[in-house]
Amino acid sequence: MNRREFWLPRPLFSLFLAVLWLLMVNSFSVAHMLLGLALGVFIPFVTRAFWPEQAKVRYLLPLLRYFVVLMVDIVRSNLVVARRILWYPNQLTPGFVTFPLELDDDFAITILASTISLTPGTVTAHYDSYAGTLLIHALHVTDEDELVRQIKEQYERPLKEIFQ
Amino acid sequence: MNGSEMPLLLQLVITFFLVAGAIVALIGSIGLARLKDFYMRLHGPTKASTLGVGCILLASLLYFSYLKGGLSVQEALVTLFLFVTAPVSAHMMAKAALHRKLKCSPRTRKGPPDH
Repeated sequence: MNRREFWLPRPLFSLFLAVLWLLMVNSFSVAHMLLGLALGVFIPFVTRAFWPEQAKVRYLLPLLRYFVVLMVDIVRSNLVVARRILWYPNQLTPGFVTFPLELDDDFAITILASTISLTPGTVTAHYDSYAGTLLIHALHVTDEDELVRQIKEQYERPLKEIFQ
Repeated sequence: MNGSEMPLLLQLVITFFLVAGAIVALIGSIGLARLKDFYMRLHGPTKASTLGVGCILLASLLYFSYLKGGLSVQEALVTLFLFVTAPVSAHMMAKAALHRKLKCSPRTRKGPPDH
């Protein structure tokens, strides 16, 4: 452990906290920037023992692109689910789907599980850390393999590129 | 300064987002009432809280940015925290339901595997 790792265990988290502080006070004065930076250094330092092993974000730009894709998907799948609920709620065939994970980083798995829950139509119900699977409940599923393939293609592959 | 001095286009955009958000929230609630089992009803609220509240926050962001002059960013924070916490609560409820082995609707293709 070098000096930087001791005093500044996770620089990205520090930056995030500083920005969070600025957004929260809703003012961008120098005093608040300094206070935000101080908090950003202080909080990760004090809570260091609490955090599990650090996730390595290899590329920041693909992560941003991932969130943009996610926003678009949320809007699109919202419309699909809205139509299903309004027009034929009684013909839905819900089902549980087991999703075999290829990711092994805890943080990446958390993001994937949250993504699945945020996109309407699917909710992550259970994470089996031994088998390495997620149990997903889908509101309407006609082809389980197709759903798994879609999630793999759309979300897991970019996450794998970002975190591993 | 009050709302009536706003440019018409801005008023229209804000109204659009407010109405869209309200409609999405309404559809989420209809889903809550019409869907058959617990797991399906779980989808309603997660949906309303993502797009519905997202739209209303966007309207709020535009309105207060104009009113105060300058960018109002606290709405972005609300969105962020909402998007981080909504999946967690949905996950906890689903886990509790699985644990209690709640009945699935008879149309379910494949029930939950036993844990």
